[in-house]
Amino acid sequence: MTLIEFRNVSFVHQTGVTALTDVSLSIGKGETVAIVGENGAGKTTLVRHINGLLKPTKGSVLVEGKDTRETTTATLSRKVGIAFQNPDHQLFSESVENEVRFAMKNFGFGEDLIAQRLDWTLKFFGLDQYRKSSPLVLSGGEKKRLTLACILAWDPDVVVLDEPTVGQDALQKEKLGQIFKLLQSTGKTIIIVSHDVEFLWPIQPRLVVMSGGKVVADGQISQIMGNRELLEGARVTQPQLLRLYQGLASRPATPFLDVLEARDWIGGRKQKPEAR
Amino acid sequence: MSNTASIRRGPGNTLASIDHLSFRYPDSPNPAVRDVSLEVREGEVVLLAGPSGCGKSTLLRCINGLIPHMYPGEYKGGVTVGGLKVAETPMSTLAQNVGLLFQNPENQIFMFSVERDIAFGLQNLSVPREEMRSRVDETMRLLGITALADRAPHELSDGQKQRAALAGVIAMRPKLIILDEPTSLLDPKTALEVVALIEKLNRELGITFIVVEHRLELLIPIAHRLVVMDNGSKVMDGAPQEVLADGRAEGYGVGIPPVAKLYSALSKDGIRLPKVPETPEEMAEELNGL
Repeated sequence: MTLIEFRNVSFVHQTGVTALTDVSLSIGKGETVAIVGENGAGKTTLVRHINGLLKPTKGSVLVEGKDTRETTTATLSRKVGIAFQNPDHQLFSESVENEVRFAMKNFGFGEDLIAQRLDWTLKFFGLDQYRKSSPLVLSGGEKKRLTLACILAWDPDVVVLDEPTVGQDALQKEKLGQIFKLLQSTGKTIIIVSHDVEFLWPIQPRLVVMSGGKVVADGQISQIMGNRELLEGARVTQPQLLRLYQGLASRPATPFLDVLEARDWIGGRKQKPEAR
Repeated sequence: MSNTASIRRGPGNTLASIDHLSFRYPDSPNPAVRDVSLEVREGEVVLLAGPSGCGKSTLLRCINGLIPHMYPGEYKGGVTVGGLKVAETPMSTLAQNVGLLFQNPENQIFMFSVERDIAFGLQNLSVPREEMRSRVDETMRLLGITALADRAPHELSDGQKQRAALAGVIAMRPKLIILDEPTSLLDPKTALEVVALIEKLNRELGITFIVVEHRLELLIPIAHRLVVMDNGSKVMDGAPQEVLADGRAEGYGVGIPPVAKLYSALSKDGIRLPKVPETPEEMAEELNGL
């Protein structure tokens, strides 16, 4: 079932700069889609159309069949949660807990539910000790996690994450990976804008490549990542495990998705000739 | 980039020396940095890693003087940069020795044009007009941004902004440049270009770098050393490939690049490769040769 549809969308900023040119894209319910491409390719502009923060200059964007021009951002936001790239553009409350409460209150959640969700999200994201602190004293990585916590707390159907791994250490990235699995298993539609190809590769999302305001490729990540020429144009690099796979003289039919897969395969092959 | 390692200028005399340094912020019960000792030699590229909150940023602030000059707190031990004791040297003098580039260039560039932004630090140091002109021109040429001289910061792409911010730091001709996640906001290709630039500045001008970065795979090929911090202490310090191949690094929450992780896993399985590979292509070649 199509949940989000871009129909020949173009967007021109007030300054006259064209950010999107004739973008058509449809995203089904429950899909995990990653958007990659060079700085300034139009990725952020694209996702800001999904909750109506931006309206197309030409063409239309439909969410559950409804044109975003005919719906308010407030209504769309109940369905679509966006965590911005720069958390400073998003955080404003005097305390971390009020930041998480804010949207839930606006959407009319009961106090009990708010308290329960608040507890869960703050603990899950390792922010519990900062409950009463101002969001402004958090580190860059912590702020980023707080924006995610705020969105997951109100449980939108569509979760849009703009560069979620920036400033996150390895453990936090691993946690983010787990969150994706959790969200996928509950049928959420997930849209990730990211430069972090190493993070995206094991998730194996559908990959949309943007360049110069256009969608230049759309398909399975393992196929697109094999096309070096295409990646070059969009200033994307190949993940390490794919590069390793391509360099092997003898290799399995499909690339390694994670280190464990590579280890098992190489181990299985190499141990035989060594046995005496 | 990897084949330039052999011609890179070898590290020389001690440039920065951190001696049993501890620091505690006034409102925090525990020290952010605990008894850290570290020698950084001239011409080195030192990569600093560790989980968020491990004290990396605090350590950087101690090296460029923001601590103790701007952030008061309980300060023990000492830091010396280029022979100057950081705690006893005014920030304006330190700024000529140590340049700091923040994670987000938007927090750093603010003038009406790239050129004026680069000149800003020099103006503050009262550098004569003639010399200022030549230093600004030279820096723009070095970073390949001469064509952007008259652009306003908001007219630049993210990669260009990062270059402009770096130019402002380079123009001061510091001996040591500290970079806090310089590539985190950049697309992979632009990130590689910034890494190539760091390598060039290190090789051609002998500038020493201390770099904090979570995406280690980008910086490993140009780094001389990898230092890992955990819970305020320095816990590992050595050649990057050796630190990565040491199983402990992953336990400290360091983001081990997939190839290095695979190398360690294979070693545990008894599959020994001739050397720790720097790139996936190198690893594939080693495996093909087994």
